[in-house]
Formats: sequence, structure tokens, C-alpha cells
Amino acid sequence: MSGPVAPPSKAVLAKLTPVLTKRWPSPDAWRRRAYEQLDGYRALRKAITAHPDDLIQLIKDSGLRGRGGAGFPTGMKWGFIPQNDGKPHYLVVNADEGEPGTCKDLPLMTHDPHSLVEGAIIASYAIRAHRAYIYVRGEAVNAARRLRNAVSEAYEAGYLGKNILDSGFDLDLVVHSGSGAYICGEETALLDSLEGFRGQPRLRPPFPATHGLYACPTVVNNVGTIASVPYIVLGGADWWRKMGTEKSSGPMIYSLSGRVVNPGQYECSMGITLRELIELAGGMLPGHQLRFWTPGGSSTPLLTADHTDVPLDFESVAAAGSMLGTTATQIFSDQDCPVYATYRWLDFYHHESCGKCTPCREGSYWMVKTFRRILSGHGTHEDLDTLLDTCDNILGRSFCALGDGATSPVTSSLAYFKQDYLDYIEGRVAPKLSGKQLVGAH
Amino acid sequence: MGFGEETLVRAKEIIARFPDGKSRSALLPMLHLVQSEEGYVSPDGIGFCAETLGLTRAEVGAVATFYTMYKRRPTGDWLVSVCTNTMCDVLGGGRVFEMLSEYLDAGHDETTADGKITLEHAECLAACDYGPVMTVNYEFFDKVDVETSLGVVTQLQEGIRPAPTRGARLCTLKEMSLQLAGFPDDREGAIADGVAGDPTLRGNRLAEEHGVTLPDFDPDPPIVKPKETR
Ligand SMILES: Cc1cc2nc3c(=O)[nH]c(=O)nc-3n(C[C@H](O)[C@H](O)[C@H](O)COP(=O)(O)O)c2cc1C
Ligand code: SF4
Ligand code: FES
Repeated sequence: MSGPVAPPSKAVLAKLTPVLTKRWPSPDAWRRRAYEQLDGYRALRKAITAHPDDLIQLIKDSGLRGRGGAGFPTGMKWGFIPQNDGKPHYLVVNADEGEPGTCKDLPLMTHDPHSLVEGAIIASYAIRAHRAYIYVRGEAVNAARRLRNAVSEAYEAGYLGKNILDSGFDLDLVVHSGSGAYICGEETALLDSLEGFRGQPRLRPPFPATHGLYACPTVVNNVGTIASVPYIVLGGADWWRKMGTEKSSGPMIYSLSGRVVNPGQYECSMGITLRELIELAGGMLPGHQLRFWTPGGSSTPLLTADHTDVPLDFESVAAAGSMLGTTATQIFSDQDCPVYATYRWLDFYHHESCGKCTPCREGSYWMVKTFRRILSGHGTHEDLDTLLDTCDNILGRSFCALGDGATSPVTSSLAYFKQDYLDYIEGRVAPKLSGKQLVGAH
Repeated sequence: MGFGEETLVRAKEIIARFPDGKSRSALLPMLHLVQSEEGYVSPDGIGFCAETLGLTRAEVGAVATFYTMYKRRPTGDWLVSVCTNTMCDVLGGGRVFEMLSEYLDAGHDETTADGKITLEHAECLAACDYGPVMTVNYEFFDKVDVETSLGVVTQLQEGIRPAPTRGARLCTLKEMSLQLAGFPDDREGAIADGVAGDPTLRGNRLAEEHGVTLPDFDPDPPIVKPKETR
């Protein structure tokens, strides 16, 4: 695919489904009154008169799956919370957005923070939590500022605090800023961080559903998951299912970055293809041919120009050998080098590895060194075998999915673009890194 | 530097956000709090957190060193972070970092000789659709290149506060650290600053321009479905 294309066809335009993004263009939607005029807190009024179990059933019926990357069925997750166990329950919203490529949660919290607050109140009511935390990535200061403001407006209006809307339900909601550590997006590391420790993953089982925050039953959900809840409460499960596919229901925010004419956020019916997304984004940049892309962030194996017709839903992307992840499609062209891109991602994983387990800590370190060697023209054919061996030792043997994620760009780029590696090794292309950057690589 | 009465009051406010007996949860915001007074997490800051929360200094230190936003050395008023993760790097962020580093004569996590500006390269800042991006005290400057980023930095050197592309007007890193500790931004009008950029609104605008509507939305179906259809 190359060059700008004609305006998107009617059939492709019809796949746009602005649901969670619909208020973003309203410049005042972050204020409570503006939000209320745009249907805000209507779902809460409806939900709070229902039985919590019926809300959990509603979310199950909707088929909603987690938007944080793994796609776990949300209603089932809520249903795992033991009831009448005498322990406090917690809702923790994962707003640590840091997976390279992913950029959908920050705009949502910045431009429509009340929708997340409203979703958090309904979710807490459903799982019988009286305390909820939104763990926001530290660097996301603008989103946190708007969220904190929304929370205090919600208290003033009686949507938070004691006896919410005269229902007898109490909830306190706190916006908690992190401090710069990608691993804290992993849900158990996030809980440790929220408890005031280094953010390192916990052994599972036990799962957060029974032993989460303060060893109490806890639901951890992504921003997009929780922000979907008010719409499902208002529109109903059948309406939600009119979008998306049978197993991947609803709308999804696809984040396009890179070599397209109009990068940005496109909320579409789940199952749209990359070809169609690129059409919506005005085509590839002039002079650029699609070469490789991530379907859902850097932890999802790369796909190529041969995969543009894969429906971007959980099942189809898995069948194509990758993962839907966070639907962050980073789009690279024939002017970008897959070996260099992989090196940059690996450097990231190495930097963010929490150091708890050996395969990830040591493996990412060695692989970064190997890539530096290859990219500076000093690589050998054995280096490629070493890379695959190292990936074998990390995948499935590391303590959490960060280690697995680190192998994704390596194994996929080696599978599709081995020739690019060989070109560096056999001296057919100029080294991309200089000797200076090589210090310590041997 | 000693931490005064006001810091203690704020620390208590932070602790109150968590259930009784769970005051350790206050540690991350408290580290932002001490950083808001000193510009970094000093030995005194570590001592203050340890004492207030009943932890050892070693326990606090182990946490402080784990997270990149806690600075171990005095920092400038302006923390300039250039995203050099893959997408931004490929689009030119790598060059921006190198050039700024040369211009400021400061490497990653280093501060200029006059103590005003601290430079760092950052990992993906969740703004790839605006790439390459950089931030000053975490406020975004979008689609930067060698020229525009240099413009931002020279303004900072001249004591001018450049306006971020999105987000609120700039405040100092110490002031920002107070917000990170969970206290509201009380600058008049700052919360309203910044409108959504084009990439954020693209899908929406396309739908609007072409009159694309959602499948029939009725906000009033009952939450419990009639039994037979379940
Ligand atoms: C290294 C790593 C980083 C992650 N980062 C995030 C993140 O920033 N936001 C998020 O929602 N989920 C993230 N996840 C996934 C979470 O562990 C978890 O699956 C998710 O928050 C569950 O919410 P959901 O069911 O609503 O998707 C990450 C996982 C790993 C392994
Ligand atoms: S896989 Fe990496 S990030 Fe995960 S626990 Fe092991 S060292 Fe830490
Ligand atoms: S790669 Fe720079 S913001 Fe994502």
C-alpha cells in the first residue's frame, strides 16, 4: 500500500463508531455540567437502582472484553469477586498507559474524565467496593489534573462519597499518580506499587480477584474497559453487540501512528482491517510503502504488508500469529528498518525490566548488546541463533508478560525480515550505529 | 532542609486517602511531596518519609530508586524529556535528543551548568500520534523537530515559558511535583488550558463530516432482560 488514497469509501466510513470518543470534540466536556448535558451520569442513575448482580450479568451479556491488552471477559472478572466474604473489595483502574504505541487512555481521561469516573462508580457498585483507585501514569499530568478535578466535582454533586444519589451506597475514589515505571502497568506490579512498594509482579495464583489490593478481592480494569460501562448500561448489551464481532464485541479505539497521512484515534467497530484504517487515515504518506506494523503495541508480534486484510479482533489477530493487544497500530514503511526498530523496543524492555527474574533481566541485556553489534556492522550469523535461543529462554519462562513481550519484536522481525539482519551482518548496508554507541557491547 | 508544619499537614492528607493501617500506600505520593520542596529526593526527604510512615530509610530508598520520576540529584526548574522510543525516534526524536544534548552540553539525566535545565530521554509517552514529542515538566510539545525543540529550550533559558501544544501552561518542576503528590492545580484557569489536537479528534471529525451515525441507540432498555431472552 502506498500514496494518499481517495476519500474513504462509504463502506469503510460506516465502520466508524464514535462511542467512547463521542464527547472529545466538546471543549467543555471535562466539566461536570457540560458532561451532564451530554447524557453524563444518566447511566449511574439507572444502574444504582438495579441489583449489583444484574449489572454483572449485563456486562457478561455485552461480551465486553478488557481493553488493557489481554482481552479478558470483564463480566466474568467481576463475577470472580467473592460476595459476603466480610472483606473490603476494591476497584483499581489501570491508567498506567505505557505500552509503546498505545495512546488512547490519556486523551479519554483528558477530554472526558467524568466518563471514567462514572464507569468507576458503576463498576464499584456492581462488585460492592467502597474504595476505588485510579492509578495514573505519573507523566500523564494533564490527564491527572482533569481527572482530579472531575473527582472533586463528582463529590460536590453527590455522585461520590456517602449515600450516593440516596441509594445508601458509599464510595471513595482517589486518583493516584505513579512515578515512571512501565512495569507498573502489569496488574500485580501495579498493586504492589499502590501499596507503596517497588512495582514488581506478584506470583499468581492467588489472583487479584481474591488476593488483590491489601490481600482483598480486587478488580483491576483498564481505562477503556471501565469507560465502556456507562454506555452498556444505557444502551444495553444487545446494542453493544451490534458493533464488533461475535466474540470481540463493541467499538474499539484504534490508535494509528507513524507513516500515514493522518495519524490519530479512530474508534471503529471491532474487526476493521489495517487496510481500512489506513484508508480512514488518508493513506500512507507520499513516498512511503507499508512494510511492517504492530497490531497492538510493541509487545505484539510485528505483521507485514501481507496482513492488511486481517480483521483486527482478538481471534483473527491471534490466528495471524500476533495479538490484538491495545489496538495501537504503529505503521512503518519501506524507509524504516525493522532491525533498528526492534533494537529500540528491546532497549526499552531492557530498561523497564524490573529485575525480578533472570530470563528477562539477563536476556534483555544480552539481546540489546547483540543488536548493537549487528547494527554497527560487527554482527555474525551465530548472533541470529543466539537471539532465537535467548527468546526461547525468555518466552514462557519469565515471571510476567513483560519478558514475553520483549521477545515479540525479535522473533517476528527475524521471521519476516531475516534478510535485513543478514544485510547488516554481511556488510550490504551501512551500519546504523556508530562505534561510540557500541561501547560496552562486547 | 527541614520539612515544616505544612509538609506534615500535607503528608497527613495523603495518608488519609488510604484505609486505616495502610499508610505505606502513601509512600509514592510522599516522595513526590518531598521532591516538590527540594527538586529531588534528598537524604532528608527520605528521612522525612521514613519517619512519617514508620519505615526504615533503606525501605524508602529502595522504593525511591526504583522509579525514574524521583530524581536523585538536584534538578533544574525545567525537566526536558525527549521521547526516543521507536516511533518517535524513527520520526526524528532521536536527532532532537542528540542535538539538544549537544546544545545544552548535558547528557541523559544531566543538568546544565547553570542548573536551570535537566535533560532526559523518555520512553513512549503515550502520544505516538503526535510524534515526535517532547515534554517540559511533563507538558507536551508535539511534532517537534530540531528547530522547534531548540526554540523551546532557548525560551526557557531566557526566562520565557513557552506554551505547550496541549495541556496547561508551564509551572516549575517543584510545583508539578506537588500536583503529582495528588494536590489540585490551583492556578486560575489552568485546568481549562489546552484543547484536543487534531490527531485526537480525527476519527470523530470524519464520522461527523460524513454523517456516520451509531446503530440505533436507545438509552432506556431495562438492565434485567426479560427471562426468556437471556
Ligand atoms: C508489562 C505490562 C504492562 C502493562 N501495562 C498496562 C497498562 O498500562 N494499562 C493497562 O490497562 N493494562 C496493562 N497491562 C495489562 C494488565 O496487566 C491487565 O491485564 C489489565 O489492566 C486488565 O484490565 P482489562 O481486563 O480491563 O484489560 C500490562 C501488562 C503487562 C505485562
Ligand atoms: S519478566 Fe521482567 S519485568 Fe516481569 S518479573 Fe521478570 S524481570 Fe520483572
Ligand atoms: S513513541 Fe514517542 S510517544 Fe510513543
